[in-house]
Amino acid sequence: MRPIGGPFVLTFKQSNANRIYCLNAEAERQGLHRGMAYSDARAFCPDLQSRPADPIGDERFLNVLRRWATRYCPWVGLEGADGLVLDITGAAHLFGGEAMMVTDMRQRLSRAGLSVQVGFADTRGAAWGLAHYGEGLAETGRTLDALGPLPVMALRLEDKTVTALQRLGLRTISDLVESPRAPLTRRFGPGLMMRLDQALGRQPEQITPLADPPHYGVRITLPDPIGLKDDVMAGTSRLLDSLCAKLKAREAGARILCLTLRRVDQEAQVVELRLARPLRDPQRILPLFERGVADVDAGFGIDQMRLEATQVLPLPAQQISSVTSSRKDQLEDLISRLGTRIGLENIQRVLPADSHIPERSFLIAPAAYSEPEGPWVALRPRPLSLFPPEPIAGVGAQPPKQFRWRRMALSTARATGPERITPEWWLEDDNWRSGVRDYWHVETRQGRRLWLYYTPQNPGWFAHGEFA
Amino acid sequence: MTSDLVPYFPLRKARVHEVYGPGSLSFAAVAAALAGGDVFWIRERWRPEILNPSGLSAYVDPSKFLIAQVKDQAEGLAVMEDALRDGHLSLVVMELGEPLSLTEGRRLQLAAKAGKTIGLCRISEGMGSNAAETRWHCTPVLDRDDSTLQRWEITKNKSGTLGVWHVRWNTASRRLNVVSPALE
Repeated sequence: MRPIGGPFVLTFKQSNANRIYCLNAEAERQGLHRGMAYSDARAFCPDLQSRPADPIGDERFLNVLRRWATRYCPWVGLEGADGLVLDITGAAHLFGGEAMMVTDMRQRLSRAGLSVQVGFADTRGAAWGLAHYGEGLAETGRTLDALGPLPVMALRLEDKTVTALQRLGLRTISDLVESPRAPLTRRFGPGLMMRLDQALGRQPEQITPLADPPHYGVRITLPDPIGLKDDVMAGTSRLLDSLCAKLKAREAGARILCLTLRRVDQEAQVVELRLARPLRDPQRILPLFERGVADVDAGFGIDQMRLEATQVLPLPAQQISSVTSSRKDQLEDLISRLGTRIGLENIQRVLPADSHIPERSFLIAPAAYSEPEGPWVALRPRPLSLFPPEPIAGVGAQPPKQFRWRRMALSTARATGPERITPEWWLEDDNWRSGVRDYWHVETRQGRRLWLYYTPQNPGWFAHGEFA
Repeated sequence: MTSDLVPYFPLRKARVHEVYGPGSLSFAAVAAALAGGDVFWIRERWRPEILNPSGLSAYVDPSKFLIAQVKDQAEGLAVMEDALRDGHLSLVVMELGEPLSLTEGRRLQLAAKAGKTIGLCRISEGMGSNAAETRWHCTPVLDRDDSTLQRWEITKNKSGTLGVWHVRWNTASRRLNVVSPALE
């Protein structure tokens, strides 16, 4: 996006109205403010330019900035939706003092194209006030001197309290400090004095540094390029060992692993491994990589390998007992291994479903994402195989004595039925448009045992399955 | 089960067998029931017939079944070889559309031997591979008072004689009963 001159705002839709979410200095000079309706702002300022705001993107960016800010000190927390708070106790001398550190911050951020307001003080409250209203440094032990002339808004108070204080004639923080405490507490509750004490350092306040989200990626750079499959597998084994140690420390298991092999010509080859269940056992994961690694074109050699767990699920430590056999694990390994060949979702299992419609009496689910279920209840005999209905010649509600099916002449010896199955009207199904079905179990003299049905509403006979 | 069927059925372990005829599906279901354990069923995606688990439940618990949907026979054979070699399944069934070459048949036998797993190929008539351990021809037979009677015939046997049996599946006890053909 190109930089824009002139007044500019970001708008955000709140309760059915576009409101100003953020604005630049020039727009502020025109008399606009945050929370103003966008249509009003357009009336004030006809040449206003705008873009929709992206609060989620902003939050993500703030988190990136937070991570960057750990270059100054280890204790960095978020402050509201647009601020960071740093506890630089014991870290300022590394940058040549507090003033130098602030200058460094300003320079680096403005080079990145960000406008920044920095407040610096002994306490968190005072730093907040300075950043928002004064922009400056409060020297150690002289917080009140810097904070005194600022408006009471700088104390992180509610709007209602601020208005009431202004009506009382208490406009600046020094006014507030000089007035007696007891009547103010009685009038505004303990919150006001708590904020004042926090700003002046009479009451402690902590900052909560955010932990970095765990990163499940490891890499290895090789002094000489490699190309043999065994060498690559040996490298993968090393990577897996350290990745699995990481996973184990956090009681997690990898579901999808991504091995990136960078060749000397800067091309990268990616081997993706999807597992049937979360795993963190290197001995079990390594053989599953073999097939993918064998397919890699090493070119002139591979000089960097990177292994990342792209999907990680919690995998708490489990009690190993003699009862839980390793059979299930081995079956899951087989599913993973075959899944690398034909796709994990192509290995399926059937689950019972609650429906009388033969085609819907079971569900087909990927075996890697489901558990076997039971029990299977068949109230009436059901055929072993089902096929799309095949029309056969026949009239009347009784099964035909002679009929042809798949170019075979068959004659009915015994017919059991009918079993009426009605369509599920709440589900749209084109196959069941012909209405209710009367199913017959027909045994032919030739031996074949078929499942035929008759549709009384649209007379016709069909074969739907075979008992065999 | 009478003694004369025992040497050949349940199917010999660590070998690949073949079955054809209209009753081949129930033969596979009975084999799965008697093998007892996890069953891997390989089918090509385009085939219209599907295995109906409700019908299968009369023979064996369908939750023991894993179904692999493969693109074509070559992929299916690769999956079958892997599954046989793995050794943790009790039966691997595959539906074949084309005849196996000698190499393919032999490779499957070697994989079955390595994994000590039974392999079963459902084939069409006249499509058998020379590498198969046994080949069965199964046809359902009309019976006056039962609807599971089948005629099973061994048409190829590498380590035994040929023979014909009439069998009946007992749903309640999940057993195969051999009956005398005089009932026919």
